[in-house]
Amino acid sequence: MTTSYDAVILGAGIVGAACALECARAGMRVAIVERDTIGSGATAAGMGHVVAMDDSPAQLALTGYSRSLWTRLSPELPASVEYHACGTIWVARDEEEMDEVHRKLAYYTAEGIEAEVLDSNALAEAEPNLARPLAGGLLVPHDAVLYPPCAAGYLVEQAQRHGATLLLGHTVISAAHGQVTLKDGTALQAKIIVNATGSLAPALTPGLQVKPRKGHLIITDRYPGYLHHQLVELGYLKSAHSSTGDSVAFNVQPRKTGQLLIGSSRQFDSDSEDTSVDHKIVAAMIERAALYMPGLPSLSALRIWSGFRAATPDKLPLIGPTEDPTVFLATGHEGLGITTSLGTARLLADHLLSRPTTIPLAPYLPSRLPSSYLSDEAIHV
Amino acid sequence: MTTQSHLAHRFQTLIVGSGPAGIAAATCAAEAGHRVGIIDDNPNPGGQIWRSLRGQSTPDTSHGDGASEWYRRLTATSATRLQGWSVFDQPEAGIVRAERQGGTVHLHYDNLIIATGARERFLPFPGWTLPNVMGVGAIQAMVKGGLPVAGKRIVLAGSGPLLLAVAATLRAAEAIVVCICEQASLRQLAPFALGLAADPAKIMQGLRYKAATLDVPFHTSAWPVEADGDGILRSVTILHHGEKQQISCDYLACGFHLVPNTELAAMLGCRIEADNVAVDELQRTSISNIFCAGEPTGIGGLELSLIEGQIAGLAGAGQDKEARLLLDKKRRASHFADRLAAAFALRSELKELPQETTLVCRCEDVPYGSLKQHHSWRAAKLHTRCGMGPCQGRICGTATHFLLGWNADSVRPPLLPVRIASLASLEAPLNSATSNTQETP
Ligand SMILES: Cc1cc2nc3c(=O)[nH]c(=O)nc-3n(C[C@H](O)[C@H](O)[C@H](O)COP(=O)(O)OP(=O)(O)OC[C@H]3O[C@@H](n4cnc5c(N)ncnc54)[C@H](O)[C@@H]3O)c2cc1C
Ligand SMILES: Cc1cc2nc3c(=O)[nH]c(=O)nc-3n(C[C@H](O)[C@H](O)[C@H](O)COP(=O)(O)OP(=O)(O)OC[C@H]3O[C@@H](n4cnc5c(N)ncnc54)[C@H](O)[C@@H]3O)c2cc1C
Repeated sequence: MTTSYDAVILGAGIVGAACALECARAGMRVAIVERDTIGSGATAAGMGHVVAMDDSPAQLALTGYSRSLWTRLSPELPASVEYHACGTIWVARDEEEMDEVHRKLAYYTAEGIEAEVLDSNALAEAEPNLARPLAGGLLVPHDAVLYPPCAAGYLVEQAQRHGATLLLGHTVISAAHGQVTLKDGTALQAKIIVNATGSLAPALTPGLQVKPRKGHLIITDRYPGYLHHQLVELGYLKSAHSSTGDSVAFNVQPRKTGQLLIGSSRQFDSDSEDTSVDHKIVAAMIERAALYMPGLPSLSALRIWSGFRAATPDKLPLIGPTEDPTVFLATGHEGLGITTSLGTARLLADHLLSRPTTIPLAPYLPSRLPSSYLSDEAIHV
Repeated sequence: MTTQSHLAHRFQTLIVGSGPAGIAAATCAAEAGHRVGIIDDNPNPGGQIWRSLRGQSTPDTSHGDGASEWYRRLTATSATRLQGWSVFDQPEAGIVRAERQGGTVHLHYDNLIIATGARERFLPFPGWTLPNVMGVGAIQAMVKGGLPVAGKRIVLAGSGPLLLAVAATLRAAEAIVVCICEQASLRQLAPFALGLAADPAKIMQGLRYKAATLDVPFHTSAWPVEADGDGILRSVTILHHGEKQQISCDYLACGFHLVPNTELAAMLGCRIEADNVAVDELQRTSISNIFCAGEPTGIGGLELSLIEGQIAGLAGAGQDKEARLLLDKKRRASHFADRLAAAFALRSELKELPQETTLVCRCEDVPYGSLKQHHSWRAAKLHTRCGMGPCQGRICGTATHFLLGWNADSVRPPLLPVRIASLASLEAPLNSATSNTQETP
């Protein structure tokens, strides 16, 4: 096995996969190291909503940019990725939320993101299974949904076509100073190390302000035609934004298979490997969803699962250099990493190759957050 | 929605599964004075072997293998019997939830006895998804439920004593059982047949099957390699002692021995060892108040299931001494189980059955060719959707375990598809054990 690379990417989630492709395409000799299988972490647990999100200007910039990269990539994606530009409807329950719809419309339009206000009737027509009456909504037509593990698989495959090496089933135990050490003792030399291990990133790069934030999803049996757009309640950002406590929000997605994926929940302070189902939060999710879609409770659920988002204090990812000149970060994507994977990878590659970036990198630079070195956290993997 | 959507019960001993193991466990625990509940997903009690004919709410006691005596003993106790309820998850320690036609029930327990039985193993081969190719258990159930098969040509193929049992049912319904194809070799089966003779109860059973199937050719070292038909089954190609033989038929019933239903135990966190629920001599699992009896601890047949059920019921009710009195009998019966396992071990040639285009996952239409590219069940599942459908890998996960040596993922709730509303009902008032959910007279 070759043990010397230009870039070693840690983690084959969707973010690592996208970084590997950008680096390999730029001509670097790339290795991707993954302890389990491609897309088996948060990428397997996520919803796959490719969405322009406006929690902050920097978030809208990165999600909008990334979304445009997905749109451009979409014609070449294989069917297994289930890419479907179904659009998002942000659902408003009352007039107060309709004010938010208009604010959002102005904001999106100013950023060049197409959006359209739906009144109560137009909303009911677009989604007959929603409760009535609701005040209306904001349709964002170019948002999409996809199936994340296969998207990650496709990106890795493309990286391999550009010469990247995939090392599956290898756990990285340390990565610093140009060397990546695997559990079996193998040492890989790397000019550049990209830590893309998601919520587990602090184990390899100590001091990162990344915390696991648990989320649950419910998948239903097939109900073709039941739902046409990804529906998200306008209160979603409030839920996503609160940095403490548990929260749920109505968020439901139509899959190409006709299945519905029902979200979503957010919980801190959980053991980042404990994916057991919390029945209380699931019940709260269902009750919330039933307010918006009264028919949902009588559909059949196939399975519940949970996963961990990599949350940062300011809800923006960590992209770029660290104090160790060989170690770079691509983590902290919270609930948007499927969307922002492509933008992240492009920004990182532009930075590594000193190319101009399309949007400013500064808001995502790890150096914006004070790092808190906790030396004994470093070793446990 | 029914009025039962928010019922709850509290039991000292709760048994999941009312097959022989569950019935024996419930009877012994109740006779020992415990407040007992026994819950089962079928409308009728009795499990796979004693399950009654359609429309009857008592088990099929025509077997003369103890069914009627056990059922009489059980009904003489005050055990609450809940039929038609599927246990689907455990929202918190000491409570399981079950669903029936949209209604949900919460069952609080001090001790839980898992007696969830076994299911057939299916192996994919070209044509196995054609209409009229089905499981041996399925055809047995359908015939018992009234499917007319008189004069129909039926081939039984696969492995295990179930093939003989089903041949008997089919003959009784005047079907033409063209042949039984048992994949095991005669050499492999011989010690088992001898073993049968050493056990009087087994001789009776063995003889009964033999008599009924006397005029049915029984091929050993024979298995199906392809089913053919134009939209519906017309014939099956059998490999028998290395030679191919095409047989025309109306039905092909397959089953490659049994696999234990360990999903509930696994979901509750009980240790699984070599595909079986690990138990100590008193049927205790790795979780202190959870016991397991019958097929989930290892395929052992009726007699061992009954003994394990009694031991679990007694031990769960604190009667360890009485339970230990059964240990000698259990030891003898498990020798039978060991012989059973050895006799019907699957030959490795069966791994060559599926072709690239043969569907392995019927829920998600995943062919063998796309599965093989992956290195683990989880990888295959994530990238091909294999096992993500309504059966949640019960069929394809079992098949790929044999074909590719893969081990299934952790078990996630719900155990089976349930109404979303059922997942939301957390709090439920406690009713007394004699509430209106008592189904059977
Ligand atoms: C419930 C839920 C819903 C979501 N919905 C959406 C959505 O709709 N839209 C959206 O854009 N985003 C969504 N997300 C967020 C998205 O899933 C994540 O942001 C994204 O998957 C992160 O990808 P990643 O590659 O950074 O991390 P991961 O997918 O977690 O990948 C990290 C990889 O690193 C590997 N790894 C870790 N440690 C090591 C080691 N020591 N050695 C080797 N390998 C290692 C892991 O096995 C893993 O495969 C959701 C997340 C959750 C939990
Ligand atoms: C299809 C089939 C047909 C068989 N036919 C014969 C035969 O004809 N002759 C013979 O000698 N042996 C037969 N056997 C073998 C026989 O099942 C065993 O020898 C023995 O009866 C096992 O007893 P048990 O109590 O362990 O399990 P079972 O009899 O299988 O009983 C388990 C019960 O638990 C229920 N259950 C499982 N999970 C749940 C849940 N989550 N919630 C609620 N209920 C649940 C099941 O529906 C079932 O009623 C058959 C096996 C199978 C799989």
